[in-house]
Amino acid sequence: MNYHWNWGVFFEETPEGGVQYWELIVSGLGWTLAVSALALVIALLLGVTIGTLRTTGRRWLIQLGNAWVELFRNIPLLVQMFLWYFVIPELVPPLKAWIVRADPVHAQFLAAVLCLGLFTSARVAEQVRAGIQSLPSGQRQAAAALGLTTVQAYRHVLLPMALRIVIPPLTSETMNLIKNSSIALTIGLAELTFRARELGEYTFSFFEAFTAATVIYVAVAMAANRVMAWVERRLAVPGYTAGGGR
Amino acid sequence: MARFRFRLFAALAALAFVAMPAVAEELAGTLKKIRETGAITIGHRESSIPFSYLDDAQRPVGYAMDLCMKVVEAVKAELRMPGLKVNLQPVTSANRIPLMQNGTVDLECGSTTNSLKRQEQVVFGPTYFVVNITAAVKADSGIRTLADLNGKTIATTSGTTSVPLLKQYEKTAAIDVKEIYGKDHAESFLLLANDRAAAFVMDDILLAGQIANSPTPAAYRIIPESLRQEPYSMMLRRDDPQFKALVDKAVGDLMRSGEIEQIYEKWFASPIPPRGTNLNFPMTPAIKDAFASPNDKGV
Repeated sequence: MNYHWNWGVFFEETPEGGVQYWELIVSGLGWTLAVSALALVIALLLGVTIGTLRTTGRRWLIQLGNAWVELFRNIPLLVQMFLWYFVIPELVPPLKAWIVRADPVHAQFLAAVLCLGLFTSARVAEQVRAGIQSLPSGQRQAAAALGLTTVQAYRHVLLPMALRIVIPPLTSETMNLIKNSSIALTIGLAELTFRARELGEYTFSFFEAFTAATVIYVAVAMAANRVMAWVERRLAVPGYTAGGGR
Repeated sequence: MARFRFRLFAALAALAFVAMPAVAEELAGTLKKIRETGAITIGHRESSIPFSYLDDAQRPVGYAMDLCMKVVEAVKAELRMPGLKVNLQPVTSANRIPLMQNGTVDLECGSTTNSLKRQEQVVFGPTYFVVNITAAVKADSGIRTLADLNGKTIATTSGTTSVPLLKQYEKTAAIDVKEIYGKDHAESFLLLANDRAAAFVMDDILLAGQIANSPTPAAYRIIPESLRQEPYSMMLRRDDPQFKALVDKAVGDLMRSGEIEQIYEKWFASPIPPRGTNLNFPMTPAIKDAFASPNDKGV
């Protein structure tokens, strides 16, 4: 390819003036991390709850959990983002009233966090369910035999083991979540991919812009991977869990 | 010495031209690629009414598409390939230049501003339209001028020339606005329609297109001010003089023969798909000038 790389483009001034392009990329990274972190919190809280409900043996709880997972898992993420940002506010007049007055960035951030958090919660729920169901049924029975209530059995016996088992798939989900946050550019949130596209469109240095974005995404996803591997090691029960990621 | 060599080269070139008029020029660049693959790929837009957009059958149609099809006819004649296959590739504001550069599309037919900055990456055919960049607002909003937008939220489409222009205007006119970005014109217009934004800043003809296609065209008005005039033209790859000359001639002939006026009428002053709306957008003096003297000057 006969392409003239121009890495100096990151130190050129933007049309806004007073700001260089690398600063835009860094601010984009900030939004990517903020959206991903908050969405991860929502995804883990809801995902663990829903996933647990789906193993309780109560019919209506299981159906509720299944409906949740199927709803958020079966609609494309891009469509969900559009629904949260454009459609839901039209159906909820007070929300609409707030959005019209608020700084547009807040509405974009809220929509992106909710969308990504709920979408990922469905996937986390599926993994938590699988983790709990992978435990030998003897554990649940032993807990009952000891006189533990259902809640106590989950709190002290089942969840501590199941959650350790699902750390590796949750690591993948975390990395996916970070990458999925780029979908927020479709509602105008100025995250990393948005900034890379912006840099490309203003300077036409698309290859430089997206090379930078690629390197940053890889670095962030790898960092998340390392953190999760550390968590996994710290929490490993000697001689029991696989303790991967070493 | 260099000068002499150039003269010698020019003389030889002229001689070659005179001596062998019947021998076809060695094909290079895009034409060579078209000959070898048996296909030409046209990049089109999906909601740039009436230049290049999808009709009710999801086929790309429009003023720019009609002009591009004339270029395709010229390519068929030039290469003597009546069965040439035409591939249609949707492009967006943000990906049209990379897709042009990496060879995915050979000719982009949309609503692309011919800017000097873009000319560093691609080249343009003759100007076929001239727009004013301005804002569409709700008719009952009380906004009469661009200065009235102070303190408001303004929608625009990310990746377009309107974005830096709006930022410059903010500085020079000392107004303060919040920008929100739609990923395409339809989405930016939706932001205005839903009152998420007080205005949609874009090229006047694209605003007229969005308004004509909305359920309530009377509810919107276009501010009669201009941030800037911009020429539209088809985009092609750089350093490809053969294909550029072919495009210039094909489009220039339409302008010189006056045929382009009928094509203009068809898209800007008659009912167009998908809903039979009429944009009622007569030729402006700038557009008449562009047709009178075909040129590829950028801004």
